Amino acid sequence: MPVVTEKTNPNVKKESKAPNSAENKKVVYNTKDLNLWYGEGHALKNINLAINENEVTAIIGPSGCGKSTYIKTLNRMVELVPSVKISGEILYRERNILDKSFKVEDLRTNVGMVFQKPNPFPKSIYENVAYGPKIHGIRDKKILDEIVEKSLRGAAIWDEVKDRLNQNAYGLSGGQQQRLCIARCLAIEPDVILMDEPTSALDPISTLKVEELVQELKEEFSIIIVTHNMQQAARISDKTAFFLNGEIIEFADTDKIFSTPSDKRTEDYITGRFG
Amino acid sequence: MKYVDSEQVHKKMGSRLLANNLAKTLFFMATLFGLVVLIVLIYRVLADGLGWINLDFLMNRLSTDPERAGIWGAITGTLWLMLVVAPVTMILGVGTAIYLEEYAAKGRISSFIKTNISNLAGVPSVVFGILGLTVFARALDLGSVVLAGGLTMALLVLPVVVVASQEAIRAVPQFLREASYGMGATKWQTIKNVVLPAALPGILTGVILALSRAIGETAPLVVIGIPALLIPVPDGIFDKFTILPVQIYYWTVDSALVAEYANLAAATIVILLIVLFAMNSIAILIRNKFQKRY
Repeated sequence: MPVVTEKTNPNVKKESKAPNSAENKKVVYNTKDLNLWYGEGHALKNINLAINENEVTAIIGPSGCGKSTYIKTLNRMVELVPSVKISGEILYRERNILDKSFKVEDLRTNVGMVFQKPNPFPKSIYENVAYGPKIHGIRDKKILDEIVEKSLRGAAIWDEVKDRLNQNAYGLSGGQQQRLCIARCLAIEPDVILMDEPTSALDPISTLKVEELVQELKEEFSIIIVTHNMQQAARISDKTAFFLNGEIIEFADTDKIFSTPSDKRTEDYITGRFG
Repeated sequence: MKYVDSEQVHKKMGSRLLANNLAKTLFFMATLFGLVVLIVLIYRVLADGLGWINLDFLMNRLSTDPERAGIWGAITGTLWLMLVVAPVTMILGVGTAIYLEEYAAKGRISSFIKTNISNLAGVPSVVFGILGLTVFARALDLGSVVLAGGLTMALLVLPVVVVASQEAIRAVPQFLREASYGMGATKWQTIKNVVLPAALPGILTGVILALSRAIGETAPLVVIGIPALLIPVPDGIFDKFTILPVQIYYWTVDSALVAEYANLAAATIVILLIVLFAMNSIAILIRNKFQKRY
């Protein structure tokens, strides 16, 4: 990716940051012995991962390593696949989301998701952002107006669309559509935002905008981002998990992963020897 | 040695080109045949019927006197029939399609049901007429009224609506559903707010095509027992009625007795064709206008 090359050296960028005070941070997602099968295929193997709040956690790895499956398990979106089987525990704020009594609707109201390909509804920009609040029962036009403006500002797209809120979202460019999807996600006021390769369909400038946005959003939200792009993980994340063949090979501070990885396979991957 | 002998190729070239042209001619003739028949048919109908169409013909009640006979009763009957068929097929057809596509677990049972719905579309319409006669007209004791005819017709065209709606629902991209689920929407909220609006043009097209099939069907209603000569105009769904194709049928049958009945039948066919043409145009218009791009 040709995005802002001077930033691609992670050591330079991260130096200014104090070594993480992660010990004091609360854990938002705690995954324990997670296994997942698609039919006979064992897609996730004994995943153990503790994700802190108000951090950006990047998940990297080659295609088919299970990173997308993992992030979709965090909001149980993976259950849309008919033949899926899951064992283990995922504690979200100390409650097991894989428990049958846990309502997915409840979970997904707290955990928003931004998808790989921008997927706005074929409705107006306003209706796209108001969709979440509306399905959760907000009918008051004034409140909806405020939510829409706040969310669009939050996703750094307000100035671009404020004069055409009633136009169809399909008139926006790909990058704008993705930021609209982020706004739509902010409108349900989530606690965690899951991002599944949110920039893989975007051009470099749109990618940069989304990356800057992620940096701002982490003040308020916990962000888990799957990315194909190692430079992106290095630029924007605090922690990085490296997945390979359904296993976590290494999980550590991003600085460490990209400077002194402890596993040979991590090193091979980040130096571009495979993947 | 070369495998392709140019001398041989040259010798056979003539017959190959001949076969080529023959094939083209054959397919053209096939197309032409249908076209010519259609043109002759329309020409004859227009020649026989056009002179008989005027306001009186449209607005008069039925009569044995060809000079005074009109099709107002059949037009009203057709409208009443559609008022029964449209909502019943919409609710049952779209409901079935939603269930099969969105709720039913994909498996043997659901694919068995789907296959049978497609088979149902091929059942002769007379069979539906017998069903309507047995169940609606006799068992439920409705008699040969609009409601009985409408329910029979609704069952007849139901498979068309189910299949068209299923296809429309299936064509809604999965990523739109994911976006909705991802915000904590329930399945029903997702269907109501995302899937149905996106599938609506396809569903409406299917419904209109189904209705235009129902408008042209004769056999099931003849079986139910529509009177050959019905002078009163129906006022509601519990009245006896007749419809355009049935009127055409009886006039054609009776044209052996009164020659002018053939002209009345032709005039009615023209009206029916106009109605069908209008409905199909609306279906195409809806399909083109609301075609979604994702």
